[in-house]
Amino acid sequence: MSKRLRNILTPLIAVVLGIIVGTIIMLVSGYDPVAAYTALWNGAFGDVYYTGEVIRQVTPYILAGLAVAFAFRVGLFNIGVEGQFIVGWLAAVWVGVSFDLPKIIHLPLAIIAAMVAGGIWAFIPGLLKARFRVHEVIVTIMMNYIALHSVNYIINNKLNQGSSKTGMIHDSASLRSPWLQEITTHSTLHWGIIIAIIGCVFMWFLLEKTTRGFELRAVGFNQDAAHYAGMSVNKNIILSMVISGCFAGVAGAMEGLGTFGYMAVQGGFTGVGFNGIAVALLGGNTAIGVFFAALLFGALKIGALSMPLEAGVPKELVDIIIALIVFFVASSYIIRIVLDRFGKKEVK
Amino acid sequence: MKKRKFGLALSLVLAAGTLLGACGKSNDDTKNNASKGENKEKAYTVAMVTDVGGVDDKSFNQSAWKGLQDYGKENGLEKGKNGFDYLQSTSDADYSTNLNTLSRQGYNLVFGIGFLMHNAVDEIAQQQPKSNFAIIDDEVKQPNVASVLFKEQEAAFLAGVAAALQTKSNKIGFIGGMKIPVIERFEAGFLAGVQAAKPEAKVDVQYSGAFDKAELGQTIASKMYASGDDVVFHAAGATGNGLFKEATDLKKKNPDKEIWAIGVDQDQSFMGPDVVLTSAMKRVDLAVKDVADKAKDGKFPGGQTTVYGLHEDGVGLAPVNSKASAKDAIDKAVKEWTAKIKDGSVKVPGTLKELKTFKAQ
Repeated sequence: MSKRLRNILTPLIAVVLGIIVGTIIMLVSGYDPVAAYTALWNGAFGDVYYTGEVIRQVTPYILAGLAVAFAFRVGLFNIGVEGQFIVGWLAAVWVGVSFDLPKIIHLPLAIIAAMVAGGIWAFIPGLLKARFRVHEVIVTIMMNYIALHSVNYIINNKLNQGSSKTGMIHDSASLRSPWLQEITTHSTLHWGIIIAIIGCVFMWFLLEKTTRGFELRAVGFNQDAAHYAGMSVNKNIILSMVISGCFAGVAGAMEGLGTFGYMAVQGGFTGVGFNGIAVALLGGNTAIGVFFAALLFGALKIGALSMPLEAGVPKELVDIIIALIVFFVASSYIIRIVLDRFGKKEVK
Repeated sequence: MKKRKFGLALSLVLAAGTLLGACGKSNDDTKNNASKGENKEKAYTVAMVTDVGGVDDKSFNQSAWKGLQDYGKENGLEKGKNGFDYLQSTSDADYSTNLNTLSRQGYNLVFGIGFLMHNAVDEIAQQQPKSNFAIIDDEVKQPNVASVLFKEQEAAFLAGVAAALQTKSNKIGFIGGMKIPVIERFEAGFLAGVQAAKPEAKVDVQYSGAFDKAELGQTIASKMYASGDDVVFHAAGATGNGLFKEATDLKKKNPDKEIWAIGVDQDQSFMGPDVVLTSAMKRVDLAVKDVADKAKDGKFPGGQTTVYGLHEDGVGLAPVNSKASAKDAIDKAVKEWTAKIKDGSVKVPGTLKELKTFKAQ
């Protein structure tokens, strides 16, 4: 069996296994799995409104997944996507409320501000890793908390428009479109999905088609070999973290400029950054894989909202299914052994 | 051999998943789809969207859910599509989806529980002008939205009086959730109450920054009690559960020590029968039921803001713990202040700014 086919089959089987085990759990705990999955499906694609919501939810997941995947390809584990996401969100909203510019300048400016903010937030752990070999996992986790609490402070004390949130961004910075909302009967769908797709293409192109991408991947495969080949390992580490942070920052801009149009004080982490880790894992750290994994996660998350109402199934069950999928992907070794056995049989 | 291992792994996962699944649904004992098809006449159906706290947060959301359940009981409705139901949000992004889902399901009235839902309610109310909505703790100026506000400061004021009369060390603690206007009303009222009853008592104010972190509440409470505070009031939702845990633990270790905690939103005496002095009650349940009742009778207060205070019995103080040494004095003082607030001779400050000019006579 070719490696490529195996790479595609492994996550698919993980998803199927997750759903099967989820079904068994529902049966054991006395719920009706058919009704539950019907509700899940209808809650995600049964109505054009829900499809709009799914796409809206998928947008930040794609970008957060790309952020994690990009760093991972260079051998770095960026747990700080959540923090970079939050600062990106704030930066985008700040530009959105503070300036009054024509749309053609304002919107890109807000997105670039989010990129820069996320990039800076990821630059610090990248620099510490490159210079002093401080482990990026620890630094990024700490940076998450710094981001959360400083952003809350800034919202409360600098941008507060009452009720602990910023004002609405100007229309000229908004990604929302009355047309998109109309065709999806007033969902919160916005143009961000286009940006997310551009992000996918950008990552694929950069990593697979450019010299710089080759270097980055080389560092990810083997730092010593890359160093021996004359590549600057430190420079590539910092660069990969910054690009990863930019993706995360743009993911934040999607929330700030599209979904919400403002930013409220956060009582805790949003979870988008952490879901990004699962998305990247399921997507095998490739751009196209991340896209489909994000689609699955977004559909599961939105579909799950309808489950308690339609089927009386607690939506926590979807969290269990997602956890199981991640579990099976992480233990893909088992799947791979089974696949290899079948593969061998076919050869005979 | 390998197959067997795989089977073992699968069954292990299953076992773990089932256990977790069982944990997750332990609170969900109402599982009746029986209402489908019954109730031929169209009942007035009501639903609500919780914030991330969920209906088992032991305070705000739970109280609102109780209001809906009471409404359902009174009108012979069952949980489900033809009666009343709720949806829980897992993040801020879910608010509009949940509100929209419920109104699309045909619920006649949909509540948004909490000020965080302001923008979502505002937007959806414009998109669905034929549905009715209500928001708790904030004002949304739309013709099809009923806004419900509380005078939390009045309940907190009485709690402050109780705390001031009970304290021996003259040091009192206040744990807030997030710095938002609602909690500021609690803080201002509480400080005013302490000041009115015992001006020399000091209040140590701390904010946890979250409504759902019990461990954080416990850490703050632990520090407060260690520094000599003997009465601590919380207005922090589920974060406050840590306060009761800490107080109960301390009391267990040293039963002679005089420490008290004051609950919020509903009568929280069940959280620690030995340590809960009283609770500053905010009757979200009454307000929710009241709005639902009015709407059912065709008198939906759309576009209006209803404020529930002491006068409307929308807020109040729970019965004082009978083990408290100052119970009689507290009961007497609370009665006096209640009368003064009700007849308008005392106006309890609702913001820290107003507190500065507050003078209790």
